[in-house]
Amino acid sequence: MSFAWFVALRYLRDARGQTTLILAAVTVGVSVIVFLSALINGLQASLIAATLGSQPHVTLRPPREAPRPVVAATPGHVIARSVQPASQRLRSIDQWPRVMDDAARDPSVTAVSPVVTGSGVVTRLDAHVPVVVRGVEPDRFIAIIDLPSRMIEGQFAIGAGRVVIGRDLAEDLGAAVGDRLRITSTEDVTDIVTIAGVFALGNEGVDGSWIVTSLPHAQALFALPGGVTAIEMKVTDVFDAAGVADDLARRTGLTADSWMTVNASLLSGLAAQASSKTMIQSFVVLTVALGIASVLIVSVVQKSREIGILRAVGTPAHHILLVFLIQGGVLGLTGSIIGSGLGMAFAKAFETVAVNPDGTPRFLVQVNALLLVQSTLLATGVGLLSAIIPARRASRLDPATAIRGG
Amino acid sequence: MAADAPLLRVERLTRDYGRPGQPVTRALAEVDFVLARGELTALVGPSGSGKSTLLNLVGLLDRPTSGRVLLDGCDTTTLDERALTQLRGRTLGFIFQFHHLLPAFTALENVLLPAWADEGRPSSEARVHAAAMLEAVGLGDRLHSRATELSGGQQQRVAIARALARRPPLVLADEPTGNLDTASSDGVFELMRRFNSEQHTTFLVVTHDARIADRCDRIIEIVDGRIRVDRRR
Repeated sequence: MSFAWFVALRYLRDARGQTTLILAAVTVGVSVIVFLSALINGLQASLIAATLGSQPHVTLRPPREAPRPVVAATPGHVIARSVQPASQRLRSIDQWPRVMDDAARDPSVTAVSPVVTGSGVVTRLDAHVPVVVRGVEPDRFIAIIDLPSRMIEGQFAIGAGRVVIGRDLAEDLGAAVGDRLRITSTEDVTDIVTIAGVFALGNEGVDGSWIVTSLPHAQALFALPGGVTAIEMKVTDVFDAAGVADDLARRTGLTADSWMTVNASLLSGLAAQASSKTMIQSFVVLTVALGIASVLIVSVVQKSREIGILRAVGTPAHHILLVFLIQGGVLGLTGSIIGSGLGMAFAKAFETVAVNPDGTPRFLVQVNALLLVQSTLLATGVGLLSAIIPARRASRLDPATAIRGG
Repeated sequence: MAADAPLLRVERLTRDYGRPGQPVTRALAEVDFVLARGELTALVGPSGSGKSTLLNLVGLLDRPTSGRVLLDGCDTTTLDERALTQLRGRTLGFIFQFHHLLPAFTALENVLLPAWADEGRPSSEARVHAAAMLEAVGLGDRLHSRATELSGGQQQRVAIARALARRPPLVLADEPTGNLDTASSDGVFELMRRFNSEQHTTFLVVTHDARIADRCDRIIEIVDGRIRVDRRR
């Protein structure tokens, strides 16, 4: 073993009490970082998954209708104009199959689904409930929202007068699989449908208002033969959705919304959460750094005479520097390895304690190898950085003064 | 290194202490002397006379205000810190009053320190030699004892073994018997004398003990930073 390593490890072993205490401090610090990161990452992932479980990442719609002048100005005439916002009617995307094919060719887009979305009222016995009718192509739609896996009753079998509806809507209507409903659309088209299944996506708004039917059926209900009101998409990186939406809007001239725009308040909440996590982690890192630095500074003072002897017998100053840097690095590395394990154990324990009434975890904590590697590198780096001041002080000790105990 | 040059030549060596703008304390004033190879010299004088200052300068642990220290023909005033450290490790051995072993290390590891510090990793030859040195000072059975487990006399013998482990031509001893009882003092001095006779190691020994000084080949007495007496037996 090289001289610097040997001396550093021997010093750490010799000062067992001191070493144990500072290792405990680093361990606790790193375990807090790992635990907190696992918890918040898990929470964020669950929130995003829950949010995106019932909505597409990007939605293309026809551009909003703009007001048009009724009378044009002519030379010699002045018009006092009053501009009123144009009313928005339900209309189809122009040449939507071409737009959809174009969007599908984008490498960031993994799935596309044409939909007709409109409002209506469903009637069953005495109940009249406002609903959102979603007409979809089943195969394309389930690539975006996995409805079959969320069926709590019946099956996801739409078309030929069969629809699936949300759980809360079913409750409001007092309906179950096999029951018949009367739908009246905003275009005043009425039809009778049979409930093929009931789903629960966990989103109150969706579960309380959605009726999912086939695309041709919705086209008929909203008097949009062959048309679609939106093209919904799924992208590879959910946080890239805004960029993909901007790009598609520019290319197609349509209105493109990403889930990030629609859920701006959720994202701002997640960002605030991430900031508080960073803040807490910074304070923990600072505390660990101060702990290591103070222990090593005390060690330099305690061992100044020994350092003087080492210098007197021919130890170069840079070896003394290394002795203390190694101590800082070893404390950081060892503490971070133990702390990562402990933090991971805490996170897993939390997962088993924080459960829903049905026994499933409220959310899955996210411990990944990258987080552990990052924490280990961070703590080792902090250990090394914290050791710089004491190490420099030790290496600059004047041997004669140090030996005298000055 | 010039074989015919004296091992140590000290020329007009002066050391002042004090911050700029403050009154200066002159610890050593234009001291000149030469140590021949194989001499066992006692450096005596009252406390504060400049003995330790001289030893630190000769030991390359401190730099003079003016004057020169020539070690084995090499002018040390021209060397940078790194070269001084290397020269110190290879040419000088130190024995201190409070033995100054490293308490976290065993007797063998303490003796190995100079070789270890210089070579990065001690060679097996250095290990064998360190063990032989401890054997030579009568501690062959305490190789793996921690420094703190040894008596004062034993620790000082380990310090002697450490000082001599790399066969330095010059050993500087700062009151090596100052902290020992008479029997241990005699034992330590006999060891130094033995290495001096057998290996022709040169010793410069700072001591307050007149019995020890009288048994040296030469006595240099310093008073108020100047050499007052320099006599050979």
